[in-house]
Amino acid sequence: MSIATVLNKSATLFGAKTPIPFEGLTTKIAELLSMAPTDVQNAFWTIAVGALCATCCALAGCFLVLRRMSLLGDALSHSVLAGMAAVYLVTGGVEPVPMLIGALIAGVMTAVLTQFVHKAANLPEDSSIGIVFTSLFAFGVVVVSQAKHVHLDLDCVLFGDLAFAGVDLRPMMGWLWPHSFQSLVPSLVITLLFLIVFWKELRLTSFDPVLAVTLGFSAGVMHYLLTTVVAIVTVSAMGVVGLLVVALLIVPPATARLLTNRLSTMLWLSCLLGTVATTIGYFLALKWDSSAAGLTAVVAGIELLAAIVFSPLDGLLGRTIRTVRLRTRICAEDVLAGLFRKQERGDADAGVAVSTVQECIELAGNGFPAAGSIRWLKTRQLLDHSGNRVSLTARGYNYGRSLVRSHRLWEAYLHENFDLPHDHLHDPAEAMEHFIGPEIQRQITDELAAPAEDPHGREIPHIER
Amino acid sequence: MLGNQTLIVLIGTLLLGVASGMVGTFAVLRRRALVGDVVAHSALPGLCLSFLLFHSRSMILLLCGALVSGLLGAVVVALMKRFTRLREDAIQGIVLSVFYGGGIALTRFIQNRYRNEPGSDLESFIIGRAATMLKADVLQIAAVALVTTIIVLVLYKELTLLSFDEQFCRVQGWSTMGLDLTLMLLTAITVVVGLPAVGVVLTAALLIIPPSAARFWTDRLSTMMMIACLFGGASGVVGTLVSANISGLPTGPLIVMTSTVIFIASWLFAPHRGVVWNGNRSRDLDVDPSWLVTESQFADESPADLQIKRGSGM
Repeated sequence: MSIATVLNKSATLFGAKTPIPFEGLTTKIAELLSMAPTDVQNAFWTIAVGALCATCCALAGCFLVLRRMSLLGDALSHSVLAGMAAVYLVTGGVEPVPMLIGALIAGVMTAVLTQFVHKAANLPEDSSIGIVFTSLFAFGVVVVSQAKHVHLDLDCVLFGDLAFAGVDLRPMMGWLWPHSFQSLVPSLVITLLFLIVFWKELRLTSFDPVLAVTLGFSAGVMHYLLTTVVAIVTVSAMGVVGLLVVALLIVPPATARLLTNRLSTMLWLSCLLGTVATTIGYFLALKWDSSAAGLTAVVAGIELLAAIVFSPLDGLLGRTIRTVRLRTRICAEDVLAGLFRKQERGDADAGVAVSTVQECIELAGNGFPAAGSIRWLKTRQLLDHSGNRVSLTARGYNYGRSLVRSHRLWEAYLHENFDLPHDHLHDPAEAMEHFIGPEIQRQITDELAAPAEDPHGREIPHIER
Repeated sequence: MLGNQTLIVLIGTLLLGVASGMVGTFAVLRRRALVGDVVAHSALPGLCLSFLLFHSRSMILLLCGALVSGLLGAVVVALMKRFTRLREDAIQGIVLSVFYGGGIALTRFIQNRYRNEPGSDLESFIIGRAATMLKADVLQIAAVALVTTIIVLVLYKELTLLSFDEQFCRVQGWSTMGLDLTLMLLTAITVVVGLPAVGVVLTAALLIIPPSAARFWTDRLSTMMMIACLFGGASGVVGTLVSANISGLPTGPLIVMTSTVIFIASWLFAPHRGVVWNGNRSRDLDVDPSWLVTESQFADESPADLQIKRGSGM
């Protein structure tokens, strides 16, 4: 049965007269893309459902990630099944409201039971989470596998049905809306209300629980309120993405966490990332005839990978580039200081330090940045290079002199302020010389009353201005 | 009363329970309980890729793929812990859900595309299908159980040291990383070999619940391990028997539920640690009252004296 026929069927089922919101818009898009209007409509509603689902999950998930409760989200998504199963056992039906309440109770029970097993049975917290959610899930699976009810379907719980979320339209307030709006819209409203009302308390208990408790906010109450909200979100999103709701709860907020240090940015960014993931996941699922929820999780994972590598805050790429740059500069400066010293000792011909490339690379420490550092020096016109003959330019001479000045000033400073033997002065100065600019040179000069010599008796070179 | 097939399944789940109990003991003590969960979930995409590559029903090929991607998941957790600022719980959740999502997408893809090919029903690995276990599967489980037992017995002393005092272990010159990797490998193999029977979602339970239940009965590691094996094996047997006698009940979840019942019973009735044992003695203080120093004993002394007395170890 194609998607279009299902759509038509559901439309006729509830009376074709019932209008669909945004119908004109989707028809226009369909004309633009020259596609069947029903296909566009289906895609439109699926994206809407996915976005709603991702937004709810991301808003609640941000706090799970920040409060180190991520695994609780995982546990909740499993144990919610037990609540629905218990309701089915008791009532024998699958009415949505009792199901929702049962699932909610099971969700909160998971959090309570985990803490109880952890504290009362004195088991590690990770074990207690593992015990509680697997037990509840096993119970749920056993009951559901026995249930001969069409609407209590294990496949739906395991995989969700995002691909059909845009097809299953039901009338609400005189319009035809996707059926999952019925649970997703209220849970988004509840999540937003929760965030707005408890914004201050949530922030405080998430970032500094000790301060929160001393100020009189109960961290425990916030913990269970948040758990309840997460349970509501999980239950409503589960119909759409199944067990993989945990991917939407944790992965986009963790990605956003890598990209920003601000909570407000993290919140909207994670909503955006989640929505992009569900949208791309849905289209990939259409293309490959696969599971939309599964591919959503994969797309979210790829987003996270990209953030790990490219994040401007401390992405791997940026970190590597910064390290290589710094190492190149340090090696290059070692070459300059070495050549300056050579000239100072007087074994340079005609007042210019002359050297070979091999010698320079040796000065740079022979490591992999050494070759790069020679290039670094040449592009900045600090070295002259003809054949194998290398010499300092005037700029290079000044640069080297400033470095040696920093080095010897630091040695003098260490000697003055710390009781160090003479042979312990060189190594720290060798490291520090790369980070002492004119400002610190001036401060040391002022503090030591313009010393003329370093502790080894060598002259501290002056810089003419 | 027992059919031939039931007997095969029974032996398989029994051995699986024993092996999981043994490995799980160290996993729980080393606070690595959820590693098994991560490995199990991450195994799913590898299993599917292996099917796509070889188009074979051979369980060994499928499980090798599963083992590779399960270990890959564990490695990704370690790498992310090293190179990102995310917390371990978030990392576990991320790796688990992303790999599992990939697995779900692949199973669905395979099911839709290779509908007519035998063995394409990989979704059975999600909840597990012990009832269709073959003699060859049982032999695999037996081999894994044997290898696990040998490795655990050979490395018993070192693993014990690692579980209880990692730093002392390192000071003694043992490679804690090597031992941890061995433990991880054992966990992964046990989890993967249990996948066809218990399924991706619930395999971790076999690693966690029996050892946690055994913890109530003893403070000795060797005893705890034996009890964990016993509980694991018993869960396997009882779960299988119940599912064999009531048609339509899935075996894997029943095994897990049996172990949960054993866990609760241990919690209630175990000597010394059980709730019932402690119930009638909870009001007795374990402390000898004569050791208690009350404020009134210092009533006629000045605060300065008190300070000195307390300072000198009163």
